[in-house]
Amino acid sequence: MKTFALGGVHPEENKLSADKAIETLPLPGKVYVPVSQSLGAPSKVVVEKGAIVKTGQLIAKGESFISANVHSPVSGKVAKIDEVIDASGYKRQAVFIDVEGDEWDESIDRSPEIIREISAGRDTIVRKINEMGVVGLGGATFPSHVKLMVPDGKKAEYLLINGVECEPYLTSDHRLMLERGEEMLIGIQILKKALGVNKAFIGIENNKPDAISHLKTLCIKFEGIEVVPLKVKYPQGGEKQLIKAVVNREVPSGKLPIEVGCVVNNVGTAFAVYEAIQKNKPLIERVVTVTGKSVSKPANFMVRIGTPVSALIDQAGGLPDDTGKVISGGPMMGKALTSLDAPVVKGTSGILIMPENESRRAPQVNCIRCGRCITVCPMGLEPVLLAQLSENQLFERTEKERIMDCIECGSCHYTCPAGRPLLDYLRLGKNKTGILIRNRGKK
Amino acid sequence: MNETILFAVISLSAIGVISAVILYFVAQKFKVIEDPRIDIVNEKLPGANCGGCGLAGCRAFAEELVKTGDLSKLNCPVGGSDTMKEIAAVLGLVAEEKDPMIAVVRCNGSRANAPQKVSYEGASSCAFAHYLSAGESGCPNGCLGLGDCVVSCKFDAIYISEETGLPVVSDEKCVACGACVTACPRSIIELRKKGKKDRRIFVSCVNTEKGGPAKKNCSVACIGCGKCVKECPYEAITLVNNLAYIDYDKCRLCRKCEPVCPTGAILELNFPPRKEKAGDAEKTPEPVVAG
Amino acid sequence: MNLLTVSGSPHVHAHQNVKSIMYGVVIAMIPAIFVSVYFFGIDAARVLLISVLACLFFEWVIQKYLIKGPVTINDGSALVTGVLLAFNVPSNLPAWILIVGALVSIGIGKMSFGGLGKNPFNPALVGRVFLLISFPVQMTSWPVPKALFAEGVTDAITGPTTLGVLKEGLDAGKSVQEIMASPNFPGYVNDLMGAQGGSLGEISALALLLGAIYMFSRRIITWHIPTAYIGSAVVFSGILWLIDPTHYIDPLMHLLAGGMILGVFYMATDMVSSPMTPRGQIVFGVGAGLLTILIRVWGAYPEGVSFAILIMNAFTPLINNAFKPKRFGEVVKNG
Repeated sequence: MKTFALGGVHPEENKLSADKAIETLPLPGKVYVPVSQSLGAPSKVVVEKGAIVKTGQLIAKGESFISANVHSPVSGKVAKIDEVIDASGYKRQAVFIDVEGDEWDESIDRSPEIIREISAGRDTIVRKINEMGVVGLGGATFPSHVKLMVPDGKKAEYLLINGVECEPYLTSDHRLMLERGEEMLIGIQILKKALGVNKAFIGIENNKPDAISHLKTLCIKFEGIEVVPLKVKYPQGGEKQLIKAVVNREVPSGKLPIEVGCVVNNVGTAFAVYEAIQKNKPLIERVVTVTGKSVSKPANFMVRIGTPVSALIDQAGGLPDDTGKVISGGPMMGKALTSLDAPVVKGTSGILIMPENESRRAPQVNCIRCGRCITVCPMGLEPVLLAQLSENQLFERTEKERIMDCIECGSCHYTCPAGRPLLDYLRLGKNKTGILIRNRGKK
Repeated sequence: MNETILFAVISLSAIGVISAVILYFVAQKFKVIEDPRIDIVNEKLPGANCGGCGLAGCRAFAEELVKTGDLSKLNCPVGGSDTMKEIAAVLGLVAEEKDPMIAVVRCNGSRANAPQKVSYEGASSCAFAHYLSAGESGCPNGCLGLGDCVVSCKFDAIYISEETGLPVVSDEKCVACGACVTACPRSIIELRKKGKKDRRIFVSCVNTEKGGPAKKNCSVACIGCGKCVKECPYEAITLVNNLAYIDYDKCRLCRKCEPVCPTGAILELNFPPRKEKAGDAEKTPEPVVAG
Repeated sequence: MNLLTVSGSPHVHAHQNVKSIMYGVVIAMIPAIFVSVYFFGIDAARVLLISVLACLFFEWVIQKYLIKGPVTINDGSALVTGVLLAFNVPSNLPAWILIVGALVSIGIGKMSFGGLGKNPFNPALVGRVFLLISFPVQMTSWPVPKALFAEGVTDAITGPTTLGVLKEGLDAGKSVQEIMASPNFPGYVNDLMGAQGGSLGEISALALLLGAIYMFSRRIITWHIPTAYIGSAVVFSGILWLIDPTHYIDPLMHLLAGGMILGVFYMATDMVSSPMTPRGQIVFGVGAGLLTILIRVWGAYPEGVSFAILIMNAFTPLINNAFKPKRFGEVVKNG
């Protein structure tokens, strides 16, 4: 069984909602759609207060190369354009829409029929993916059309589809592969066409045998798509780790996957690409897992973007009494929410509710220099050293020790027997070192 | 036996003499001629190597001063104008009179004024907490209370008050080197004129949100109402981004702005108590002063 | 409802912590404790008890009254030091010497550097080497254990260790074969099971290996240091043995005799004083293996494990600096 070579950990899987079929969440009364939902420059709002919008209508336009369009996830009236508190408690510009009915834009094909014929040409695909606001749904929300534009002098050889879902608890990708497998495979064929590659691999960890066998059966009908079962190991869903595991190539430090001829996309993105191209449907909803040990009804919901997190939690049986922490995303890389009013955005893969007794960290003791953080680091870094240097603000040295290679997977802090907040300091150091490098570039 | 001792003494002496000669010539050859004034200037400096002047330590400051011979751009905030005058005398220059400054913490979001809404856990670093989230009170501009300023201070002039959770600057110890200003990720700390008898008036808030959201998180936030701007007879107060700011060069410490502030975001320090006036009784009690 | 906690990811953590690692090491030493009590009788239990209590006491006193910080004697690190110190002394050592050893171990070896995690040398070895140099007579008069499977307890006669017998014999001009044929030489089986003179914990290679297997299974130690250590010792002593088997003993005897197994699995692998990177750990192990054989064959002392590990401990910061882990994406090999 394939996997990546360096480091890695095995957190408890806790996939509580793995056998829960995707349910469509009832429409909320109000949605708050943040204008900037992807990496890159914020988009510009193109609707005004009081405007009537249809589901799927463009409400914010991405104006720079790396930015993505945002569409109205519901139909109704624009209540205001104001600031909303995002997952981390900071204010972000958002469009507030009061939901009225569910009237879709006419151009969108809402029939359940699967369209297998790919009629769009290469340029049309890229243009449409851009128009429809498709971004990477694995979490980083990198605009997808940018990934499809291979820089001059580089050539894409393989398309890698990330169905690893190595984060504990989360099952949204798993359910999507089971229930929308065929659409997803058509999406992969579209991506292959856009990139001009002949071979695509779907990497799936072998804790999802049903998804592996289901997709393997479906793949018989599709040319040039291969399912690659992978040994369970975190962080296999990291782009660089996945490439290493599937095609055994190492992306050089500081470079993008295209350097080794690979393009990586998430299964959710492949499905969104199918909908965008074949059904003309913008990215206005996604699958979100709501889970946690005390949650009475863990579930996978198809949720409109902009729905408040609290609406999802209510549908999953309400907030448990012993809640200590609510996380957007998985337990290894997710962000702790400061408020349950924060909206679901394109990058929200799950809502994890941790009970009180699991949400506090263990007390810190002295580092015993066991070196486990070094052993588990998938990038071959020395987290203990980098954390020390960051704490002492020696950012010239952190750069030399390659802090910018850190993928923030959290394996170091996960494994630390002394409970030291290694990743906290690494993030800080990475942030400051990045500023240092950018300032140097300006001079 | 005697021969051995004699031999040892002679050979050691010979080695000593030869080494001395070599060292003498080497010293002559590699002699560095340095302006003697650098040493004199260096001795006048406080020697704290705080970097408050923007250079790497006092020696570097002395070298730069002597090299450029220009006092206008260089200033030792720690030594203040007395030190600068002495240095100017050494260099045959005239130092400008500079007002003594002090670090001022422009946030009064104590635990009572800005109640905790979430509980933060992690590295005790303001810079990281700022990067992670808006903070425990929910105010995206307010003090995080994790003490990056305390760590940065080389003069032990700043500490976190146990009661309010906010940093407190010591009037006596602060030398206005500016280390805490740089250390604070939210630019809450500012160097302001120390003022006569340490009297200062400033807006103790840096929140740029609109009134409603700002007030929601903190009872003493500046809501940008502009009343103080109208009240000020010297046009010392400006309102930018929903936030009032008092220019310390223009401010004449008339104390007219403080009573009109509806949230008590303007703080007065070290003034004698006010005489009771009609209407003061209705006002909410004075916020806890932390400065 | 309680306030929501906000912290950086990750939000889940592995179950092993410092305390469970330390107690894991103690559990791994239980077989060796039984063997020592079996062969040396009640004296062994006395030494163990005094050493552990003294170590805990000194840690408590220093943390409470000298450092005036939090007292952490529950974390098990002083317990490990206590047992290891006892493992490294003869069973008839007077109590007061043992207590001095514990003071040196905890006070100088550990607390003077700032406590757990900050000590550059293995505290138990610091104590042992201090005692060995200060009280050479008491530290090298080994009670003879009872014979394997014999009834009753040991008599008070003292005799040399396996390596001591060899060193004396070789110095007297005998060949290795002559020494090994002599009646007071323990032989392979006795060395494996524990019927040999020596320090408390080092006598039975088998019991120590059992504990080592436990530590591997709990992932308390990794393979790097032990493999490198044993590998380099075997290769180096093997070369010597092939050159002149009458003058140098074979690698297997080197492994079984003396404190080799104890040192390799319990003291060289001490997390605090060994390098952190896997590459560094291999260098550390190789160095310690070479030094051990070097000291055993040509040194003044018959045994070299403690010195070898302490010397390599001193190199640990340098090794950490020089041998960085293999970085991802550094050497690009595509295919």
